[in-house]
Amino acid sequence: MPKELLKGNIAIAEAAVRAGMQAYFGYPITPQTELLEYLSARMPELGRTFLQAESEIAAIHMVYGAACTGVRAMTSTSSPGYSLMQEGLSYIAASDLPCVVVNMMRGGPGLGNIQPSQGDYFQMTRSAGHGDYHPIVLAPASVQEAIDFTLLAFTLAEQYRHLVILAADGQVGQMMEPAELPPLLPVAEERPVWALTGARGRGKNIISSLHLRAEEEEIANQRIQARLLTICANEQRSTEYATDDAELLVIGFGTAGRIAYSAVEAARAKGLKVGLLRPQTLYPFPEDRLSRLARQMRSCLVVEMNAGQMIEDVRLAVAGRIPVRFYGRMGGMVPMPDDVLTAIEEAYALHAAVV
Amino acid sequence: MMQALREPTAEMEVIYQHPAALSECRTHYCPGCTHGIAHRLLAEAIDELGIRERVILVAPVGCAVFAYEYFEVDGCEAAHGRAPAMATGIKRSCPENLVITYQGDGDLASIGAAEILHAAARGERITTIFVNNAVYGMTGGQMAPTSLLGQKTTSSPAGRMATLTGYPLHMCELLSGLQGSTYIVRRSLHDVRHIRQAKKAITTALRVQMAGLGFGMVELLSSCPTNWGLTPEQAMGWIETKLIPQYPLGDYKVTDEAKALEKAG
Ligand SMILES: Cc1ncc(C[n+]2csc(CCOP(=O)(O)OP(=O)(O)O)c2C)c(N)n1
Ligand code: SF4
Repeated sequence: MPKELLKGNIAIAEAAVRAGMQAYFGYPITPQTELLEYLSARMPELGRTFLQAESEIAAIHMVYGAACTGVRAMTSTSSPGYSLMQEGLSYIAASDLPCVVVNMMRGGPGLGNIQPSQGDYFQMTRSAGHGDYHPIVLAPASVQEAIDFTLLAFTLAEQYRHLVILAADGQVGQMMEPAELPPLLPVAEERPVWALTGARGRGKNIISSLHLRAEEEEIANQRIQARLLTICANEQRSTEYATDDAELLVIGFGTAGRIAYSAVEAARAKGLKVGLLRPQTLYPFPEDRLSRLARQMRSCLVVEMNAGQMIEDVRLAVAGRIPVRFYGRMGGMVPMPDDVLTAIEEAYALHAAVV
Repeated sequence: MMQALREPTAEMEVIYQHPAALSECRTHYCPGCTHGIAHRLLAEAIDELGIRERVILVAPVGCAVFAYEYFEVDGCEAAHGRAPAMATGIKRSCPENLVITYQGDGDLASIGAAEILHAAARGERITTIFVNNAVYGMTGGQMAPTSLLGQKTTSSPAGRMATLTGYPLHMCELLSGLQGSTYIVRRSLHDVRHIRQAKKAITTALRVQMAGLGFGMVELLSSCPTNWGLTPEQAMGWIETKLIPQYPLGDYKVTDEAKALEKAG
């Protein structure tokens, strides 16, 4: 397929359609609304389900219902709406249901604003609803990656029967870039054997997250944890730049990672031995790669569009071997490459001081 | 002397049997609770309409939380109050199936008020069985939005006061004003005559969905002897003397199309 000039939100919507998404439920919120608007026309065109829900709470529970019937279901939202979805996410995860949720993060807390932010890292990777589990969290940094990860999201969701969150920020949703869409995949005709389709010619199927006996609830938890172990072993993803001989590792995801890339390039031009690691999965966090890279580095610098959230995962992976420094902007402020470069130079200068 | 039970023979007419749609397991409902009667009526209606293999049941959070265990149909468990949203997701993905939510008054009229209102407003082609027992049964008898003024509950020990918590919520009256509603009726389960009427209403509500008409809800005035602090018999009397005057029985909205189905049945 040739490249087209595509806006992030539209690209994700069309990628989901081409991945065979059969049902979409959502509620308007900036900066993801174009995604919903686009699908309101596109889904009926293909005879598929689009419904604007009365709230994000209803939207996620509609997704929960649709996922129970074994169709590819998705919703999209932005931070305040994502907060409202917590209840449904927990039920979906506890019921082993595949589905995809897009969170186009914006400035917060509270009503905040509509500028890009990465303030929901904790809420997505740590506590997407109550209980002991993590969703798979994918973090695209470009329109092309947003398309690719939308496809990947549906694949992983079904492969593991697990909740997948596409964690982007308003910048990824709003920017236009040339990108290539996949061909339109046929929609799966068959529903999975566990799906609710009516007990015709078989015993009844039940989907429930209720286990009144603690022994049974623990077994249900162990099942989720075993799955997460497999996911952690197989699905850590990251990309890097100029890490071979680097002494300072810059780490950033999504838009912050992309800005950090420009800053690392500029630092290299100045002769500094700096490299970049950009996590593409936030859960599972690419700790194996980071742990290995940390052995060769003298320090690392975490760049985020928040007060420092991913930095906790970085500290765990680095395990105290090297200093972990931080540069972040909050509340919808996007870091400038020059400011990141200054932070890199300051961190780099400290290497010399230690010798 | 008691007569030994005889195996049915060809000449004998079956007049009463265990509905195929009802599981052969013990429920956890208290003695004198009408949840069991509501289950039986729903199961009979499903059998008589021959739709068991098409039904998907959405259980609530409340005493009927295990409803999916008690019916021999595909079923799932909604979060508290969200059954209508979940049912919407199911129905839109499986339009050929018959989707039923079974909800208590805390579930439907309090925490899930938005979900039921919008499902009805959309004319969602689902059927809701609404069990109104004027308390939160499962959590131990707290005040519900449907509790009567003056009703003593574990969270309104001095009796419900309008100045503090407002007035009972009448869901049939509320939902019948919506264009998307097709069949909205209130029945009671306190005696045989009313139970029969309730059964007829449940059957009609399911027919409404089978015909692809709009939203249907049957409200059933029900007992909770445990949390009302009454014997089962007294509880039935309380429905008659206290609940029905506050929640008049009747047809709140039956469209002409639904009326035709009612007659045909
Ligand atoms: C989000 C949430 N809030 C509260 C509860 C606790 N809870 C369980 S059942 C229930 C009330 C159910 O009452 P009702 O819907 O009237 O049904 P009944 O038990 O009377 O049949 C409550 C508040 C819960 N499970 N989830
Ligand atoms: S607590 Fe009330 S509603 Fe619940 S099973 Fe017992 S009698 Fe029925």
